[in-house]
Amino acid sequence: MHYSFDIERGNFADAGQASSSVKRLLKQLGVAPPNIKRTVVALFEAEINAIAHAYGGKIDVDIDDGKIVMVVADQGPGIPNLDLAMQEGWSTASPQVREMGYGAGMGLPNIRKNTDELKIDTEVGVGTTVTMTVYFA
Amino acid sequence: MTIKDIAKLVDGELVGAPADDSYDVKKAFASDLMSDVLRFSMEETVLITGLCNNQTMRTSEMSDLRVVLIGRDKQPDEDMLELAEDLDITLIKSKFSVFKISGILYEAGIKPLY
Repeated sequence: MHYSFDIERGNFADAGQASSSVKRLLKQLGVAPPNIKRTVVALFEAEINAIAHAYGGKIDVDIDDGKIVMVVADQGPGIPNLDLAMQEGWSTASPQVREMGYGAGMGLPNIRKNTDELKIDTEVGVGTTVTMTVYFA
Repeated sequence: MTIKDIAKLVDGELVGAPADDSYDVKKAFASDLMSDVLRFSMEETVLITGLCNNQTMRTSEMSDLRVVLIGRDKQPDEDMLELAEDLDITLIKSKFSVFKISGILYEAGIKPLY
């Protein structure tokens, strides 16, 4: 099963709708609650990152019997130092993003913690693609 | 402790989804940072926060929170209330500060998340 969602730059009012849709879908499919939680927390963090930092993008989700693969691809500034970005507490979030309750520097660490596989391709001035896999077995 | 009992303790008003009287709240976590909320398991937990927007609701949804206590007399707007109802999350509005709310609930036997 394949699903796609668009991400609009700075649209915090609708932020989380893609993750919410995926959560409902996984519930309907009977996926175990702990796996739903891991999946949607990772996707939600990636969705928020793309809205907060990038200029728009797209989420592609593929679900089969044993796993979910989520690809969040944005057109944005890219991540100049990925090692730093993976550290807990390191953040470049704007004051507006912080007012929304984000920018604690926990986004990428949370994604790493909740996924079985994580791949981040980033190029400064071009964008970032985050590929996350969660196995349900 | 029931959601209604918690509301009484903090002189709070119940809004959003109707309170589930069978839901037993045992723990609390206080934070305005939603990424910190997402780090932890939130079963049987009330989130105490001063952050009052749709992102509080979306984060609560992802964290499987059933009840959120909003301090500092913050007022949820119509969008947030609608989202709370859709997501089956009960909100407790309180005029007290987050620190005061935390102290009251701690004294009443609610445990810290960690």
